[in-house]
Amino acid sequence: MIEVLPVALLGGVLGLDVVCFPQMMISRPLVAGTVAGAFVGDSTTGMLTGATLELIALATLPFGASRYPEWGSAAVVGGAIAGAVHMQAPGAITIGVLMALATAWVGGWTLVKLREWNAWLAGRKRGALERGSRGTVIGLQLAGLTSDLTRAILLTGLAYWLLFPLARAMIALWSFDGMLSRAVTAGAACAVAAAAAWTIFHSARGARWYFAAGLMVGLLLLSFG
Amino acid sequence: MTAASSSRPVPVHAATPPVSAMTWMSVFGRLLAIQGSWNYETLLGNGVGFALEPALRRLPGGVHGDAFKAAMARESAYFNAHPYLTSVAVGALARAELSGVPPERIERFRTALCGPLGSVGDRLIWAGWLPFSSLVALVAFGFGAAPMTVVLLFLGLYNAGHFGVRVWGLYVGWKYGLGVASALANPVLRQGPAYIARAAAAVAGVAIPLAASRILGFRGPLFIGALACGAVIAVGLVRLHGRVEGWKLVLVLIALFALVSVAR
Repeated sequence: MIEVLPVALLGGVLGLDVVCFPQMMISRPLVAGTVAGAFVGDSTTGMLTGATLELIALATLPFGASRYPEWGSAAVVGGAIAGAVHMQAPGAITIGVLMALATAWVGGWTLVKLREWNAWLAGRKRGALERGSRGTVIGLQLAGLTSDLTRAILLTGLAYWLLFPLARAMIALWSFDGMLSRAVTAGAACAVAAAAAWTIFHSARGARWYFAAGLMVGLLLLSFG
Repeated sequence: MTAASSSRPVPVHAATPPVSAMTWMSVFGRLLAIQGSWNYETLLGNGVGFALEPALRRLPGGVHGDAFKAAMARESAYFNAHPYLTSVAVGALARAELSGVPPERIERFRTALCGPLGSVGDRLIWAGWLPFSSLVALVAFGFGAAPMTVVLLFLGLYNAGHFGVRVWGLYVGWKYGLGVASALANPVLRQGPAYIARAAAAVAGVAIPLAASRILGFRGPLFIGALACGAVIAVGLVRLHGRVEGWKLVLVLIALFALVSVAR
């Protein structure tokens, strides 16, 4: 558990990227899960967890004011947990994905609270904003950035601290074999990804045929690979 | 903002106020944090004021002048658009403020920009470039690429578009000022989303089975079963038209699976 602090700081930086700064998508599960896995010494398991989460995350794109899961901190928690219990343990990736999804749900709620907090701060300074106070504008921006960083650090640290012991206990009791566990997790993730791809792209003319052609190529590659 | 009547932007010929490269770098750096104080009341408004502030210092009287304070108050009010495409607004508003355009006209222009910059950005970036980049990286993952390769491929591809859009936006915004509407008729913005959507749909078809194969680490009846079950669930999710969120369904399914696994 000595890795809680570095994992929390990593989650803070990647959680900040989701909305506030710099939105380079280092918070995407594929990146965050892989980096978190590397942090605890198993980047491959982190990447497998991150890729599974990435397939699921395709369904939740960050449109404007909509409420969506916070994948940055969540993928760090999932990737670090899966990486720490190692791929050899049956159910490691399944448990990493489960912990990440639970954290993402809570993370989405914390983002809503952060936005309400920012609105409250701005409301208190309305007079100064209407007078064009430079210090107030800069201060509000820095306060929002600091609050988001703090939010993401606390979320990641608390989630990892609470969920890692639970994950270890679950691994000890896990009765399904690794192949079945991964088949269930990957099957569910692929279902969400396929539905998301349809929902996002079907309005583009001919996109369904492009998708079908791509699917044929993918399956052929698997058949001959 | 009205739709552009031609595809060629028409520059606004106003006295060009000097803005140094350092100021532009400062504005660009602040654009990366434009959503720092995003909230349900003013949305991106404070961020726009924050990003414009280094350029507004060039107004007569500097930061203590009335012109600066009036401009800061105007530019920190409610604003809503896609965060990357807001660079177009920031460039155009910087030009308008420094050129002495009347405040009422700036406010009307600012309000009119919100819709187009929001819808174009959502279609081009959130529903286009982001899933496309993600799916390309998942194809590389499916082919067995190393973790660092997958991460760098995704970040390199996505951010080429991300930073390209931000730099382009600031450039055309500053160049055309209040006439920037015509720049939004750029073919990349008008037709790009449809091309990216078709490419992403094809890549999605390749990526999903390849990624599943790599996650499972084996092929056989269980792999085929997983894909078949996934296809059935996907059809169900599509037919439910968003009434069930996929990620919540997966959370419930995996939680039940884990419960059975540890309890039996």
